[in-house]
Amino acid sequence: MNEKTFKPDLSVNLAGIALDNPILAASGPFGYGHEYRELIDFKDLGGIIVKGISPEPWAGNPPPRVTETPSGMLNAIGLQNPGLEKFLAEDLPQLRGSGPRLVVNVVGCSLEEYAEVASGLEGAEGIDGLELNISCPNVKAGGMAFGTDPDATRRVVEAVRRRTGLPLLVKLSPNVTSIVAIARAAEAAGADGISLINTLGGMLIDTGQKKPLLGNVFGGLSGPAIMPVALKMVWEVAGAVKIPVLGMGGITSADDALQFIMAGARAVAIGTGLFYDPDLPAQIKTGLIEYLKQENLTHLGQLEGAARL
Amino acid sequence: MLLNENTRAKYQAEICPVLDNRVVSPGYHRIQLQAPAIARTVEPGQFVQVFMPSRHSQMLPRPFSVYRADPAAGELTLLLEVKGRGTALLAEVSAGAALKLLGPLGRGFPSPPPHSLLVAGGMGIVPLAFLAASTGAPGTLIYCARTAGLLVCPRPELDRPGLSIIEATDDGSRGEQGTAADLLSRRIEGAGAVFACGPRLMLAAVKKICRRAGVKAWFSLEERMACGIGACLGCAVATTGGYRRVCRDGPVFPAEEVILDE
Repeated sequence: MNEKTFKPDLSVNLAGIALDNPILAASGPFGYGHEYRELIDFKDLGGIIVKGISPEPWAGNPPPRVTETPSGMLNAIGLQNPGLEKFLAEDLPQLRGSGPRLVVNVVGCSLEEYAEVASGLEGAEGIDGLELNISCPNVKAGGMAFGTDPDATRRVVEAVRRRTGLPLLVKLSPNVTSIVAIARAAEAAGADGISLINTLGGMLIDTGQKKPLLGNVFGGLSGPAIMPVALKMVWEVAGAVKIPVLGMGGITSADDALQFIMAGARAVAIGTGLFYDPDLPAQIKTGLIEYLKQENLTHLGQLEGAARL
Repeated sequence: MLLNENTRAKYQAEICPVLDNRVVSPGYHRIQLQAPAIARTVEPGQFVQVFMPSRHSQMLPRPFSVYRADPAAGELTLLLEVKGRGTALLAEVSAGAALKLLGPLGRGFPSPPPHSLLVAGGMGIVPLAFLAASTGAPGTLIYCARTAGLLVCPRPELDRPGLSIIEATDDGSRGEQGTAADLLSRRIEGAGAVFACGPRLMLAAVKKICRRAGVKAWFSLEERMACGIGACLGCAVATTGGYRRVCRDGPVFPAEEVILDE
């Protein structure tokens, strides 16, 4: 093979979403992209999953909302978002055509609310897919309640599936006894792909003040601390469903990303890692290309599930 | 409202050689960096995110208000208190090393009108020292702490023509004895505006005094942060307009909009 012209192909098809490269910005840390656009080259991202959108605006949780933990962080933002209408009017137009594929994370307090957001996004120009958030640990109603029971998962996925023709990812919570059962329920109800994992429930106490450190008491743990947990769950789910898996949880290097892909993920998403270094998507992209060259592979897809064989 | 709602920060990442790192008081470091791009545009009250040295790259960047900026020399100075793992690591960097900075971030202070009062509690001195150094008629700086050892900012770095400095400690170990509120209430009459940074309890007292006297006040706030650019919504504070981001909507807010534990 010619060293100079050989350029490995990083493109993948995730649940019907054609990605130039397998690196996505995870829902949450990236907001709606406006701020990071001033800082990073969007070409390094295959896709952007925007922060969760509910039918009406949500105010979010009282501060403090974030704190660092060993090799990670806790957050309890509380899905603060501008609501469907404002997202469509103000955020989507700025993101449309920015390069990466656009996936909208959908949240709600009831089946009806999830379905309402899905309906509202149907036909909106520039949206390439939906990610159903049934796994946020930081909101009292809805959120994780739908993602911790296979039957509730089935109902919410079916309700949204009826309202959308867009590729539909379902984002799972790790705070369950059997993530495989939830993933299978989502697949059976019509999901096109599975995103995992969301954050692990956690908390810290401020001993000086004698009270919980986060305003919401509980938060979600993310970052490198949860990477092995996430990897195991991706491995389990990828072996149990036929639809593609989007792996995430503590990825901070190309090697981490490769581990998720070798565990069976089609693509990966970056969340907390972006805070440590906004250049991370570019670094991972470079690292993946180098690895493929070194292994004499032409397509990233050749590595999907490679560690399972 | 002096701040323009549509002002969008232009920030960038910059690799900054460390020129000097010295202890100004036990546990407090003054770090001088070569940061031409940031030093050129940073305004008083704005901050930078300092990324961890590469071998500790799995830690969040730490936000610091800018202490001094010299646009001509391209130099930026930070004054930091060693409080946890991140600041301990930054305190170890030596001249010749380099740190990655992101900035300038956030909205700074508006220009102080004549007869302004600057009120600093403890490390709240940092953005106010920059403000005092950047304005033509800086007025009066009230610099308070619980005790003498916590007035860490080197006095020669604060002194400048036109600035009257009043130091005070709660225990009277240096300067006048009294709290920021005590000192402010004796001088609030006729003040053009108040600019304050310090502990929440101090800000709550300052807010009350300014409201009673009908004097406009501006507060620089602090909150735990992750992204530093407004994307993650981690650094929210309660305001009369709902939760707002310290990193993007602030860190400087009009006092009357800030909801403190009053």
